[in-house]
Amino acid sequence: MSVTAVVKDTERLTMTMTAEYNVTAERAWQLWADPRQLERWWGPPTYPATFVEHDLRPDGRVTYFMTGPTGDQPRGFWDVLEVEAPRRLVVQDGFADEAWTPVDTMPSNRMVVDIADREGGVTMTVTSTFASLEAMEQLIAMGMEEGMTLAMGQIDAILAE
Amino acid sequence: MVVDQLSDAEVDRLFHALADATRRDIVRRAITGEHSVSELARHYPISLTAVQKHVGVLQEAGLVVKHRHGREQRVVGRHDALRRARRLLEEYEALWRGRLDRMGALLDEESRGGTA
Repeated sequence: MSVTAVVKDTERLTMTMTAEYNVTAERAWQLWADPRQLERWWGPPTYPATFVEHDLRPDGRVTYFMTGPTGDQPRGFWDVLEVEAPRRLVVQDGFADEAWTPVDTMPSNRMVVDIADREGGVTMTVTSTFASLEAMEQLIAMGMEEGMTLAMGQIDAILAE
Repeated sequence: MVVDQLSDAEVDRLFHALADATRRDIVRRAITGEHSVSELARHYPISLTAVQKHVGVLQEAGLVVKHRHGREQRVVGRHDALRRARRLLEEYEALWRGRLDRMGALLDEESRGGTA
């Protein structure tokens, strides 16, 4: 199990999750900086993500779509806000329409990734902040299929919870 | 593994807030609807100032919030909001747990000599 701690704050609508990996910060950073690696973990095996643009620089943009079991392809994007390789990444994660235009009526959330050294490896912390309870609800409804897939036991680590 | 966000001090505030019959009654009313402090005060044989104090204690404990509606302040229960937020965060947690575990699996595979 990679995840070592989860802190949920229902007042501030944030979730902070910490995981430990026995690799260097540079290697962990590649999980985010290399789109082919991102594709291997962003979506579950039955709902894989394909990254189209991947400009990981301040004011850059990352776009992706996911392919569901029935062929549906929801699109998403990140507006890149801060990049300090291999330590910190801040993006605004949202949904896009077929022309890759952000869908304003859909929620977005801020995602902060911090990679810190520890003995024998790194600690990766991912903090998600939602604008409102409604935004969070909508976002989770969108991610529901992924949640269902996880619940169906595609991944051993999830089964072990 | 999941760390609940309520500290000891917050739990104390919560229990202290709920240890009073008038405050429990205010919470009950605030959960089912919006009321101004003066509307709430009509239900109790105490002064408006005393009711204001009770509302302040509940607000500090996170059980109610006050918001402005025209010229008056309305008191609304936060119980539902908190419960809903907690349930949503749990679902979001499952999503991210999956992602972080897949990252781990990817790194493990690589260290065992697989290709990344």
